[in-house]
Amino acid sequence: MKTIRIANGQGFWGDSLQAPIEQVRRGPIDYLTLDYLAEITMSIMQKQRSRDPRSGYARDFVAMIEEVLPDLVERNIKVVANAGGVNPQACSDAVVEVARRKGFGGKVRIGIVAGDDIMDRLDDFISRGVELKNLETGEPLASVRSRVQSANVYFGGRHISEALDKGGQIVVAGRVTDTGLSLGPMIHEFKWPADDWNRLAAGTIAGHTVECGAQCTGGNCLIDWESIPDMADIGYPIIEANPDGTFVITKHDGTGGRITVPSIKEQLLYEMGDPREYITPDCIADFTTIQLEQDGTNRVRFSGIKGRPATEFYKVSISYSAGWKAVGSLVYAWPDAYKKAQKADRVLRERLDRLGLKFEKTYSEFVGVDACHGVLAGPPSPEIAEVALRVAVRSEDKRSVERFTREVAPLALNGPPTVTGFGAGRPKAEEIIAYWPALIPKSEVQAQISVIEA
Amino acid sequence: MARVKLLKLAHARSGDKGDTANVGLIAYKPEYYSLLVEQVTAERVKEHFKGICFGDVERFEVPNLHALNFLLHESLDGGGDAFTKDRCARQDLQRGAVENGDRSRRFVSARAG
Repeated sequence: MKTIRIANGQGFWGDSLQAPIEQVRRGPIDYLTLDYLAEITMSIMQKQRSRDPRSGYARDFVAMIEEVLPDLVERNIKVVANAGGVNPQACSDAVVEVARRKGFGGKVRIGIVAGDDIMDRLDDFISRGVELKNLETGEPLASVRSRVQSANVYFGGRHISEALDKGGQIVVAGRVTDTGLSLGPMIHEFKWPADDWNRLAAGTIAGHTVECGAQCTGGNCLIDWESIPDMADIGYPIIEANPDGTFVITKHDGTGGRITVPSIKEQLLYEMGDPREYITPDCIADFTTIQLEQDGTNRVRFSGIKGRPATEFYKVSISYSAGWKAVGSLVYAWPDAYKKAQKADRVLRERLDRLGLKFEKTYSEFVGVDACHGVLAGPPSPEIAEVALRVAVRSEDKRSVERFTREVAPLALNGPPTVTGFGAGRPKAEEIIAYWPALIPKSEVQAQISVIEA
Repeated sequence: MARVKLLKLAHARSGDKGDTANVGLIAYKPEYYSLLVEQVTAERVKEHFKGICFGDVERFEVPNLHALNFLLHESLDGGGDAFTKDRCARQDLQRGAVENGDRSRRFVSARAG
């Protein structure tokens, strides 16, 4: 039976730069998949592109390709990434340029999955009654239309597989589901039909398991966390996928971390909604059908997975500007650390009031006391060694937020005593990018899939 | 009545979707699962997270993984980037006790992720 090895080298934009390189070099793989996008990423990339039409994608990806391209070509490893952001064409052009510069002109083909960016079509949709209602609140998009910063449809594994079918060796996509990055190679290799719901669900769950990188190989793992081996050299996950839809999650020999049935269960429960209804563009996967078994050291085998037909909709990820925020903090030392921090909070709030600043929300927490457990934490020890006061404000009024950033540091000299932690400088006012999830009929959007040669 | 901390019976993983936090509770041993189903009800989770979760609590059973999944609505101050809370993304079940009795007690608590 033909088995393919699909490695995840990036769980989010900002994940380890070294991980994809290690995935390529420390053992056999057939595919390397990388996830770069989140809602906030899309809005940042839109802003970059509005300043420079050649930008708007994950530059880290191009640097990574430059590093490993000789290995990819020599061992025929394919790469699938949603590094294209809001500009898959520019990202692909950058990869082509790197390939030529490194002497691989004519030896690499780049697949492009585009068409997910519907930013320019929003007014057309709204005028035709495609309301793009917020899935959580039911409000139509028109209510925040002027503040929208990015709007992308989530494509799926089927779109990735089409780019691979056309000969793409490095597939650069815009917004594609995290799970689709891994499912795509399986559809391509095993020729799974579009209505083979069980196997599409299996590939989707495989993709879900590895989509957060090392979170399924012992990272952020609660069970037996202290004994997880060699976390500094943690191995990122690899799917060993079989044509029948069964698969094993493993990692390269000699790497750190741990893969056991309980550690895998933790990842499966991460961000879980209704376990019977994991909806993707490719299918609906049923997590209550997963059968897990340990298949040797650092190997967990999945079987029995069932799925149901995909829906008629794509999910749309829209980001919009929702005001401003800033966070400031100060650290207070024993004795009476908590009391001093509380006093500083009261003084700060009184000063903000006197200045007449307008905030939708002012939120204070005391790190070391209640930042993690909130009201459930209970009172701290009176002898607590130190407490960090952390105050956050949120406002539509940028000027109020900026003024807040000037009011924190003065407390070091004109507030309660034994304070430190202001060396990091003034807090920064940051724009809040809010998320607007919606649905759109699949018939409204066509993917554009092409291949270019380096 | 035997009292045992939930921490001894289950491990947990949590994530966020918009303003909803999920808390997955996984039995250490298959035989503990029925106890979780019986004791860790949506009502008790809601009661415990009073002051953190302001919406409904939904519970889903995942018997094949010996796990329960809770959705805690209106828990994340609007969600995503709009947060002013540092606790932002996740809450893990962390400590507390499950009793075989019926007295009310603290049995779960939240942790940042």
